[in-house]
Amino acid sequence: MADIFALAAQNLISPVVLSFALGLFAALVRSDLSVPEAVAKALSIYLLFAIGFKGGVSVADHGIDAGLGLSLLAGVIMSALIPFIAFGLLRVLSSIDRLNAAAVAGHYGSISIVTFVAATSVLESQGIAAEGYMVAVAAAMEAPAILSALWLVSRGSNGHRMDSTLWREILLNGSIVLLVGSFIIGFATGPEGMEDISGFIVAPFTGVLCLFLLDMGLVAGRGMQKGHHVLGMGAILFGVLMPVTGSIIGFGCALLLGLSTGGTLLLMTLSASASYIAVPAAMRVALPEANPSIYLTLSLGVTFPFNLVAGIPLYLALAQAANGG
Amino acid sequence: MQTHRAKRVEITIEQVMQSRLTTAIENAGVTGYTILPVFGGSGRSGKWARAGQISRAEGMLQVVCIVRPEKLDPLLKAAFAVVEKHIGVVCVTDCEVLRAERF
Repeated sequence: MADIFALAAQNLISPVVLSFALGLFAALVRSDLSVPEAVAKALSIYLLFAIGFKGGVSVADHGIDAGLGLSLLAGVIMSALIPFIAFGLLRVLSSIDRLNAAAVAGHYGSISIVTFVAATSVLESQGIAAEGYMVAVAAAMEAPAILSALWLVSRGSNGHRMDSTLWREILLNGSIVLLVGSFIIGFATGPEGMEDISGFIVAPFTGVLCLFLLDMGLVAGRGMQKGHHVLGMGAILFGVLMPVTGSIIGFGCALLLGLSTGGTLLLMTLSASASYIAVPAAMRVALPEANPSIYLTLSLGVTFPFNLVAGIPLYLALAQAANGG
Repeated sequence: MQTHRAKRVEITIEQVMQSRLTTAIENAGVTGYTILPVFGGSGRSGKWARAGQISRAEGMLQVVCIVRPEKLDPLLKAAFAVVEKHIGVVCVTDCEVLRAERF
């Protein structure tokens, strides 16, 4: 337990978390600090490219094994099933109606790529290796939860809410294309490709992540200010309990798959995190009646900060305990 | 100078609905429109701003069409089918254009 607190304290004073805290503080005191939209977009493109490329290089270096296919399958199954647990938990803990509860549940089955990137950054700082293909697992976990959420709303007759345009937007959204595309480039070019561009994607990575998390702090803080009145205590409790529940499911899957300590942390982080990029956009199209203040505030204003500050160190400690350090 | 009567339709809608709206407008026979970014605002769904959007879920934009009066009804019917359940505003005003053959 002392190790968990030590790791949590160490994580809290990292530049990454403190940058997020600065953004959060600036938003809560209503500072005019802002990151221009185009800059934030460029930072996110950089981070997705870097993380995808590194994952591809790692797979090229270590080779493809059965773990890749099984991890992808586990990711898809978790993404599809976690919304049902989230839906039940939220309905028990709060008075949020069925439609909004289903919309929230979809977010928790899907993943937050920024939380994933933050977890990889913690692994790098600790010198812990992870399976490179976890990037592909992250991409595979984006979409299935959306279908589960729509099924929860319409009890199995969701056809009228999904059209081909929405399918294309979900499966080929910019984040997934960039992540998978850079993963393939990294896999195709291998360690030689990494040597060519490491000055661009390795050394500046943590600094860029700091700036991106500064922006995320601003967004989260403004989301909290805007949306806190729509959430009761039960919903806020859900925003903390659900990532822990999801991480335990991810932990179980990681044990069954025999993942390394790093891989276990990443799978736990993926199953603990909630989407605030791909799923909200899909929900605005498929469930326009659902209130975006509820699902965005929960995923971005409650669960994301929780995972960043407390969740990741906790998951890492569990992963280390299970894998013997 | 000779001017001609026309209708200006401004549709402020969520970014995620952009392609659906423009497709519906085109299917209604209106091929000319302009898409404008909007910086922020406040409405029944609360305040929002363009800055600090990390997804397309909350952003808004405006689609502006100028059409002949007889094309107004088909355009509004097509647009309404898309925007009915979504956050936004549809506004129609009278205007004058110089080159009627372009609308």
